[in-house]
Amino acid sequence: MMTMKYAAKRIVMLLVTMVIVSFLAFVAFSLISGSAAEIMLGTQATPEKVAALEKEMGLDRPLLVRYGEWLLGFFTGNLGTSISYKQPVQQLIAPKVLVTLCLSVLSFLLIVAVSIPLGVRSARRAGGRLDGVSTALNQLCMAVPPFFTGILLTWLFSTVLRWFTHGKFPDLGTDFPGAVKYLFFAAVSIAIPRVAMTVRMLRSTVLGEMQKDYVRTAISRGNDRAGVLYGHVLKNALVPVVTFLAQTMAEIVAGSIVVEQVFAIPGLGRLLVASISNRDYPVVQAIVVILAFWVVLAGTVADLINQRIDPRLRLGGDA
Amino acid sequence: MKKKLMAFLLLASLLCAALTGCGGGSTEKTPEGGQTQTGSTDAVANEITVGIAQDLDDSLDPHLAVAAGTKEVMFNVFEGLMKPTSTGDLTPAVAESYTVSEDRLTYTFTLREGVKFHNGDEVTAEDVVYSINRCADTTDGTPLVEAFSVIQSVEAVDARTVAITISEPSNEFISYMTTAILPADYDQQDTAPVGTGPFKFVSRAAQDNIVLEKFDEYWGTPAYLDKVTFKIMENADSLIMSLQSGAIDLCSHLTSTQVAQLGDDFYVAEGTMNLVQALYLNNAEKPFDDVRVRQALCYAVDKQGIIDLAFNGYGSPIGSSMYPAFGKYFDESLTNYYTKDVEKAKSLLADAGYPNGFEMTITVPSNYQPHIDTAQVLVEQLKEIGVTAKIELVEWGTWVSDVYSGRQFQSTVVGVDASNMTARALLERFTSDYAKNFINYNNADYDALFQQALTTYDDAEQTAIYKAMEKNLTENAANVYIQDLADLVAVRQGLEGVTFYPIYVLDLSTVRYAE
Repeated sequence: MMTMKYAAKRIVMLLVTMVIVSFLAFVAFSLISGSAAEIMLGTQATPEKVAALEKEMGLDRPLLVRYGEWLLGFFTGNLGTSISYKQPVQQLIAPKVLVTLCLSVLSFLLIVAVSIPLGVRSARRAGGRLDGVSTALNQLCMAVPPFFTGILLTWLFSTVLRWFTHGKFPDLGTDFPGAVKYLFFAAVSIAIPRVAMTVRMLRSTVLGEMQKDYVRTAISRGNDRAGVLYGHVLKNALVPVVTFLAQTMAEIVAGSIVVEQVFAIPGLGRLLVASISNRDYPVVQAIVVILAFWVVLAGTVADLINQRIDPRLRLGGDA
Repeated sequence: MKKKLMAFLLLASLLCAALTGCGGGSTEKTPEGGQTQTGSTDAVANEITVGIAQDLDDSLDPHLAVAAGTKEVMFNVFEGLMKPTSTGDLTPAVAESYTVSEDRLTYTFTLREGVKFHNGDEVTAEDVVYSINRCADTTDGTPLVEAFSVIQSVEAVDARTVAITISEPSNEFISYMTTAILPADYDQQDTAPVGTGPFKFVSRAAQDNIVLEKFDEYWGTPAYLDKVTFKIMENADSLIMSLQSGAIDLCSHLTSTQVAQLGDDFYVAEGTMNLVQALYLNNAEKPFDDVRVRQALCYAVDKQGIIDLAFNGYGSPIGSSMYPAFGKYFDESLTNYYTKDVEKAKSLLADAGYPNGFEMTITVPSNYQPHIDTAQVLVEQLKEIGVTAKIELVEWGTWVSDVYSGRQFQSTVVGVDASNMTARALLERFTSDYAKNFINYNNADYDALFQQALTTYDDAEQTAIYKAMEKNLTENAANVYIQDLADLVAVRQGLEGVTFYPIYVLDLSTVRYAE
């Protein structure tokens, strides 16, 4: 089905994207004011001390040399040592990658599970009595930022109902169900605006499909509406939605940065923000590359799914 | 196809629901009613969780740590030859006693018997020599501890005695002996710190927590708590919600609005932050190079107004680079040297050549809400004399590099702390040749007074000179001094023993559960 050439092409594209992203991050760091040495010395900083510390940390070498060294390390599996924490970067971020991954996957599943039935339902009931209300509700959900819903949800479920203890995130290794339950609420705040957007999109694509000739034909031949809807229309309407959902993955990752702060979840987002503040470039590079990989991967998987759904999209292989 | 799709969707929803549902019974303890909370009042655990707003990511090594937040936490892990008390005195710690030579140049410390490091080794004179030398080392230009530049030699006279010789007599030298004593043969202080304090470092998870445990072989009064976990939450709302949910038991440096949200499960202890908060003016930049302009600003600002408006009345107004907790050095008369007088301010501005006021920028670090709030009130107050101030928020790293090191700013609102319990720590920074004189204060009288203070060894005389220096700063309106911020600490009911120090520390050795 998928030729070697195609697979190789996608992998190369993935790697190239990651390299470009890492280079841009590196350059961005060199442009902003404040070096890691200056931040570390803080109010004790004097020009001589800063210079001495930079020399010790190897920060006084030219940009391309440092980048080359980092890239080489990356491909040999060595992500460097954190400037702030003095620990190997791998060790530092491994537990957090897992947490952010769980959060992202949970959010994604939630979005898919909720928006597809809702979207189809919204298309079916188009023009009906509650249509105006549900559209307004949809708009509201799209506009509310995850930060705000996060605080509201925490207040409701932690402070009032006590369904989870805010601030006590259970360790993924020892208490997986507990951790997922904690993440669920964070996932809901991330999911709400995305669900709203996906529902709107699905509704318009389904309605668009419903106008087509084959639908009229199928119904006139005696198939029931529901059957036509789910059997034929949905499959066709899903293609743009799948692509949209892949882009949503990137937004989920970005949203998790803010949501992690609100829910006190030890994920990549918080570490990324703190590391940028401290100019801890080995950590920032590693996280940025991981996030880029994740986003590109989501896009690739989306393409594969679309190819399964729509044979016209398959390249060099099945007809 | 339809059936498969429906089946998949149903499965996905069921999965989500099931995962959230099955977590319910196993680990979360559901407390009954508002009084009892999870974790802290369990019969088993004699431990607490403290909420802090930033990670200790400058360094765990006490000689290299610069952030006040880091030193505040690690105060429990490290000790020096002497140790500060909550009343502002010094008490012997690793040292048992000391004598000063006739010429006041040699301090001989006798080490206490049986003081152990957290790794089990006994403290010897060699460790003391190593620690002091490390801080006095001048290979990078300035020593790690500025004041150690007067140290000429450090010697181990025998296994329990260390002699330190300084170049000129000093009243304050003994205050600097609070520098941490570290084991000589240990090089992992930045990842696994080892000291002699009542708590030992156990572990840390970046941007998440730091865990300390009671050190059973501590030489002094042992701590009451067995374990303290510091949970890091950079989001202020998160701290409050965690206090309410029971995940955190104690949290310092809260604002009055935050504290108002907490219910009866907590009580609020009020201390001072021990910071000199001011509108710091770059004395080398126009128009602040003119003393009349600076004085005009002082006459325009109503300190109590700022405290009432932005801090709900919590805060102690100050008039110079000194805060009230420093007792004998604090000159109260300077606080009201400048009282709000809009007419006087305007006339001073007119004399200086700005009859219609001028524009200025206030650079504020964006991570300190109290300073941002203060700046906003300042903008309004300055409008009254015709000065249009614009607030520029910058990230902390940028503030340190551009404002503090680079001195590229017009004015800034920030709180300056004392790195140790000496008046010198707060006053030295404004001498004209001081490396961190970020406001570019240049006053010959001030410099002369400082030189005098350094060589005076009569305590009363020296105190008088320091007070004269404070007066100099006030009269010349080096900055617009505002207040020492109030330190509001939320403590869960049932915990007691929170003590305030005249420096920025959080002493956990006295905290305990009430009987």
